[in-house]
Amino acid sequence: MDQQNLFDCSVDKAWCPGCGNHGLLEGIKQALEELGKEPHEVVVASGIGQAAKLPHYINANGFNGLHGRSIPPALGIKIANPELTVIIHSGDGDSYGEGGNHFMHNVRRNIDLTHFVHDNQIYGLTKGQASPTSRPGHVTGIQTEGVILQPFNPIATAISLGCGFVARTFMGDKEHMVETMKAAINHRGYALVDIFQPCIVFNKINTFKWYKENTYKLDEDYDPTDKIAAFQKSLEFDDGIPLGIIYKEEKPSFLDTIEYLKEEKPLVDRDLDPKNAEEFMDGFY
Amino acid sequence: MDYNLLIGGSAGQGIDTLGALLEKVLQRSSYYLFTNKDYMSRIRGGHNFTQIRLGTEPVYSHKNALDIIVAFDETTANEHSPRLKEGGKVLMDQSLKEDLQIPGGQGIFLPIKETAKELGNPKVFSVILLGVLCKALDLDLKIGKKVLEKTFKDEILDVNHKALVKGFEMDVDSWDMEKPGNTDQRIMINSNQAIALGALAAGVTFYSAYPMTPSTSIMSFLAANQKKAKIVVEQAEDEIAAINMAIGASYAGIRAMTGTSGGGFSLMSESLGLAGITETPLVVANVQRPGPATGFPTRTEQSDLSFILTASHGEIPRMVTSMRTAEEAFYKTAKAFNISEKYQTLVILMNDQYLADANQTIKPFDFSKVSIERHIADEDDLLEGDYQRYRFTEEGISPRIIPGKISGKTVLADSDEHNENGNITESAEIRIKMMDKRMNKLKALEKEVEEPWYIGKDKPEVLLVGWGSTYGTLREAVEILQEEGHSIGALSFGDVYPLPKKSLEEMAKNAKKVINVEQNYTGQLAKLIRQETGITFDHSILKYDGRQIALEELIESVKEVL
Repeated sequence: MDQQNLFDCSVDKAWCPGCGNHGLLEGIKQALEELGKEPHEVVVASGIGQAAKLPHYINANGFNGLHGRSIPPALGIKIANPELTVIIHSGDGDSYGEGGNHFMHNVRRNIDLTHFVHDNQIYGLTKGQASPTSRPGHVTGIQTEGVILQPFNPIATAISLGCGFVARTFMGDKEHMVETMKAAINHRGYALVDIFQPCIVFNKINTFKWYKENTYKLDEDYDPTDKIAAFQKSLEFDDGIPLGIIYKEEKPSFLDTIEYLKEEKPLVDRDLDPKNAEEFMDGFY
Repeated sequence: MDYNLLIGGSAGQGIDTLGALLEKVLQRSSYYLFTNKDYMSRIRGGHNFTQIRLGTEPVYSHKNALDIIVAFDETTANEHSPRLKEGGKVLMDQSLKEDLQIPGGQGIFLPIKETAKELGNPKVFSVILLGVLCKALDLDLKIGKKVLEKTFKDEILDVNHKALVKGFEMDVDSWDMEKPGNTDQRIMINSNQAIALGALAAGVTFYSAYPMTPSTSIMSFLAANQKKAKIVVEQAEDEIAAINMAIGASYAGIRAMTGTSGGGFSLMSESLGLAGITETPLVVANVQRPGPATGFPTRTEQSDLSFILTASHGEIPRMVTSMRTAEEAFYKTAKAFNISEKYQTLVILMNDQYLADANQTIKPFDFSKVSIERHIADEDDLLEGDYQRYRFTEEGISPRIIPGKISGKTVLADSDEHNENGNITESAEIRIKMMDKRMNKLKALEKEVEEPWYIGKDKPEVLLVGWGSTYGTLREAVEILQEEGHSIGALSFGDVYPLPKKSLEEMAKNAKKVINVEQNYTGQLAKLIRQETGITFDHSILKYDGRQIALEELIESVKEVL
């Protein structure tokens, strides 16, 4: 057995044996430990879906909310207490489908959250319907003639919205995944990491082998700060999918831009006294 | 004595400016005020009006009968002059003389536009009218000047000063006004602002919302003060985000709040259940407007009660309380935070457009009466080993800690049915225990809710029952009907759920007729009362035209069924 990790948790996992989520869970635990985090300093937020069960299987604070709503509670948590490391683990359906509006606007908000999307290009919890990232032609029990909709491109979308950290990795390459996770957590601002993982039961097209054969790692001399080049990279898919940090830009995060909070204690540490609010009545005399 | 003024025109003409300035002058002249706004859902044009009722004794509602109409356009004069009392007057610019359908002698035509032109600034139109009204209402011009000094600066102030004096010098008779005897200092505030101020007093440090009339003024007030209060007010991408942000913030240990109106509240409903099952304290304000769907965006109704009582699928405990006055809105909001944290539950504050936009002059809030009771556990309250967010305890409330504050203890909140640790469970046994634990909070809340306010003498033959914003009208109607010799009283509910039953059951037993007065179609409070007590109503006075029932209208409706 592996040496014990601080973030290990003994709760039985309700994932299928061989599910990509297992590898992803091991990866995040390793990343957090290597970053020197303590379980009580970390909050894992999620929505609903197979991936969203992850907060139950890690020894950290967790907020397992509603379907599609992984990001807004995470934002509330970060605003209340910026000293917490707040990461989101949710699936492609939760993050890009039901929660698409929150994804779009929180990239714009640039709140300091790390969003790990478990992208298996299929709905697992509801048993095999198309997800926003399923490719055209993918036949399912609902999309009986194959998916007609254009697939959602999270990488291109995030770059176009001004996301400061956009990456893609594959859970089949643990080292790459853990390093990418660590870089994302260290990024100050909204960080999106789209993580390919197979769904061994419902996605017979995008299998472990398929991801292995259809992805390649970005060259070491790739410059992730060139936005136009990054956007071009984000469009690559059918002839090989690039893995790595595709775009990176340092800019002030949401809370950093609120000048009047800069010298203040985190909201959670404020001393509350009703008398402090009395001055706000002055305007009514 | 009380007087009733109406200032009307189309949006953008300056009626709000005049209304706000006149209210301030009257407030500083120690009159008691109740002012309400009737406006259309448009930024320019249409027909809007503000009604200002002033008295030497407290006034709690609006009345139909008018003493003065200030008409910025013909529509205002034509539409509202039938409501003038004998001797009532319409003040307006002389250019509106033609095309008027008002009886001769009612109109007072003044060279306002011309004077504004002479002063070189057409925008001073409203302030000239303020001068005219200061004269007509026998107000001290010095107070008018001081109010202008608070509002304008530099050259703009100079020209407005001149405009005020020009208006005051116009050929208008001063009314023989009774002067207020009580000159205690008062604040003038509407109930949405009072909710926001109550939240600040309670230590709210995060408010997330999506703009929606008529709830937006809560967010605007907090945003206007966010820098000074060093809090965060965030405009969310939608109401679902707004409530989920607040839930996350509350989970993380701060006092957070969200507010919206009907449609936004509908969007929030799934998340109410999230607050319920995760036992996250949450205060949500719903400032009602007529639905369904977009309904009447800028008008008033009390039609969300039935929905709010059960909003969200499944069953959760909740407390629902409605605002009757601006004064109680402040104290009640502050208290809502204490209750929400004590029982780790959802508290819904209900208001409506009528009261939300109504300015009232009241005694300044006493901040020393507000207490902040957090009910957050510390390390000593916890058992050895892993922290259990949903531990079964004798009192039925699990000790709640703040994530990140105690080394070695982590907090797991879950929207699935869960065990004591917060982990997903499918156990029937745990399900029953968790449901019982959550729903038992209703029993505790039954002890927290306050009995309705009663207006009238003991053992009335006729009992009126209402809730929320109709309080002022019920109160004044009962006083008038009693003077006319009727045996009548009214119960006005503030806290509506869990329903406080004691006084209702006692009074209904003795009354010959019980009548519910509500601003909705289906009699939603009456339905709740029948469900909770079996008491049925003999008559219903229901209004659902988007306009608040006026005092005269209520008296007439009551007489019809006596």
